[in-house]
Amino acid sequence: MKKEIAMAIVDFASPSRFLKFADRAIPWLGGVTVLAFAFAINQAMIAPDDYQQGATVKIMFLHVPGAWLGMLGWALMTLAALGTLVWRHPLADVTAKAAAPVGAAFTLMCLVTGSLWGRPMWGAYWVWDARLTSVLVLFLLYLGVIALWRTVEDPSRAARAAAILTLVGALDLPIIKFSVDWWNTLHQPASVFRLGGPTIDRSILIPLLVMALAFTLLFVTLLVAAMRNEILRRRVRTLRLMQASAAS
Amino acid sequence: MEPANHIGFIVAAYAAATVVIGALAAWVTLDYRAQLRRLADLELKGLTRRSASKRSELAMRQAKEDA
Repeated sequence: MKKEIAMAIVDFASPSRFLKFADRAIPWLGGVTVLAFAFAINQAMIAPDDYQQGATVKIMFLHVPGAWLGMLGWALMTLAALGTLVWRHPLADVTAKAAAPVGAAFTLMCLVTGSLWGRPMWGAYWVWDARLTSVLVLFLLYLGVIALWRTVEDPSRAARAAAILTLVGALDLPIIKFSVDWWNTLHQPASVFRLGGPTIDRSILIPLLVMALAFTLLFVTLLVAAMRNEILRRRVRTLRLMQASAAS
Repeated sequence: MEPANHIGFIVAAYAAATVVIGALAAWVTLDYRAQLRRLADLELKGLTRRSASKRSELAMRQAKEDA
């Protein structure tokens, strides 16, 4: 029974089935994302100013989801890396490759908005603080994985090399999360996911969570679309190889 | 703290986020169109994947049977 369930999952996760699923899901995901953003931006705009940070707290509605999704992207790539190395599943390679630019973009959004928030609050666009530096390392790891995928011609060889780099890079995730506890940082400690509950007032926490939900929907939509592109790219590659072998 | 003093930073943050995520969405969309165009070009040259051509044969057979 267990074997049958496992086989059903493997069969469902075949690239051809995923393409059919993506074609049906992307318009719906896109529509729901637009609606979620319409609501989330409205919530963000009517949220009150913070008693200390004033209106700049509105930057948090971009910065925090960017940080969460940048880390989620790498966590997803880590699971996919296990899928590549242990089960050698083709959709795991596709997921890992497609998630890299999506995760990199959200990490970049986190860094840029954090910098623009830091200048008025700390008086500096950048400090070599443990949290900021570990997130910068995550962004550089993303760029490294993207470069690796582009450098190695054979997708299965590239997948194995990228999977190893991804697993090593996953060590950065707990460093990012706990950097504010392990070191004395200028960056504030955790204020949402912490023992004892969030320290943010509901009037700001709810718009933040709604915005995070909208960005998560956008992340999923872009990831599914990027995975579809990658499957099509591999089909193009296969046909070109067939064309080349027929010509020789 | 005067929020008006920092409006430029807030606007810049939202503009930067729009540019970064907008560029990603545009790249994904353009990439999809490019892959579809490449596949269509290859199919015009008579190249199809074995599994795809089997499916096409089956579909044609089914259509003939239906007719």
